[in-house]
Amino acid sequence: MAKVKQNVVIKGTKEGLVFHLDDTCSFEQLLEELREKIEKSHQQILTGPVISIVVKLGMRYVSASQEQQIREILKRRGNLVVKTIESDVMLKEEALRDKLASQMRVYTRTVRSGQVIRHEGDLLLLGDINSGALVMCTGNIFVLGSLRGTAHAGCEGNKQCIIAAHEMLPTQVRIAGIINPVPDGQESEEMARMGFAYIANGRLAIEKMNQLHKIRPELGRFVI
Amino acid sequence: MGEAVVVTSGKGGVGKTTTTANIGTALAQLGKKVCMVDTDIGLRNLDLVMGLENRIIFDLVDVIEGNCKLHQAMIKDKRFDDALYLLPAAQTKDKSAVTPEQMEELINQLKTDFDFVLIDCPAGIEQGFKNAVAGADKAIVVTTPEISSIRDADRVIGLLEREEMEAMYLVVNRIRPHMTRTGDMLDVDDVVAMLSVDPIGYVPDDEEVIKHLNLKEPVAMNHEAKAGIAYRNIARRILGDSVPFLNMEEPEGFFKKVKRLFGIR
Repeated sequence: MAKVKQNVVIKGTKEGLVFHLDDTCSFEQLLEELREKIEKSHQQILTGPVISIVVKLGMRYVSASQEQQIREILKRRGNLVVKTIESDVMLKEEALRDKLASQMRVYTRTVRSGQVIRHEGDLLLLGDINSGALVMCTGNIFVLGSLRGTAHAGCEGNKQCIIAAHEMLPTQVRIAGIINPVPDGQESEEMARMGFAYIANGRLAIEKMNQLHKIRPELGRFVI
Repeated sequence: MGEAVVVTSGKGGVGKTTTTANIGTALAQLGKKVCMVDTDIGLRNLDLVMGLENRIIFDLVDVIEGNCKLHQAMIKDKRFDDALYLLPAAQTKDKSAVTPEQMEELINQLKTDFDFVLIDCPAGIEQGFKNAVAGADKAIVVTTPEISSIRDADRVIGLLEREEMEAMYLVVNRIRPHMTRTGDMLDVDDVVAMLSVDPIGYVPDDEEVIKHLNLKEPVAMNHEAKAGIAYRNIARRILGDSVPFLNMEEPEGFFKKVKRLFGIR
């Protein structure tokens, strides 16, 4: 009997199960076999305690609705929790968006009152942000000058973003959806030095620059 | 071909008209042929400051609408024989009576006859502002050392940057030296650092300015007053002289010197 090529291969790892889905067969075939394995043939492995699952699609691109179909099938077993569905391929536009998001844009100008800068990704501003100005970006904001206006980092919801400035005197800083008016008096005096704002326990906090590597070590990974 | 310089600030009441009148006067005193254009249509003041209000027959809107010739609307200031002219704004119309294109044409026409065309800009950043800056080559931004006027000046500088002015200068007006010394007022250096525009003059808050407003002659005609000296220095800097900035400190009195000698502040 010739060995039938398996379209769905299930492997166990320390973290849970990995489903390798073949990327050459048709999607219908794939669903069919997945359904078959989940519902009938692999009953023993797939019952019992909660197991986390990683689905690997190889070189197959799935749309959001197709991904949903895969999730539907896996959901039929209450103990299977889908952690991620990974594909080695992505759309050009997604790639472009990711590329933009990982790039740092450099501006050399003073952002003046009434002016707005919007940017996808990180932003390095070689100049001041004056009172009444607004700088928004989806990533981090670094200002090699005075920040006196309003800066909004991670404006699409990334709470890991920071706002760093050579001189921190902002009217307001926002990260993701969290807004904090700048405290008056002693604390603002403290802040006037070089520092950065970040989210700690759901609140905005401001720290000196030399603490950055402890609070956001992952920032050091960026390659410009 | 002369150059057109707009005097603007964004915020009202910081001394645009006073600055225009004084720089105009000082330039005329230095032998340049100057025309001051009041673009604050509906709220004209420059004529009053110069004491020329009773000689207005035609105004800027009349010129633009073709009701009179340009030279008919120009008022000669007799104190400066043939060196200083004023083109007054209309008091009965509003800013929408003129378009930026018409202003540009008018200013270009004036530039052929004068060394300097000083344009007094209205407060705000709307139509009146757009009219005033349309024909200008350079801009003088007036601010006071107050955060509200600094922010407005900053906004205006941003708009002027988009207009691609040849040059932009900053005048910090109404400085009170004793207040900056005690830290109750922003220092001129702070103001300049915040706006990052080259300063062309610092003018102290001087009672003489108010006196001269009522006298209907610009303070630049007074050779004693500190503000007058400051304005004349600005005019010289516009002409390219390098003049050191005015020392704002008042001379120390005898008692202060004695007190300092004994270490009493």
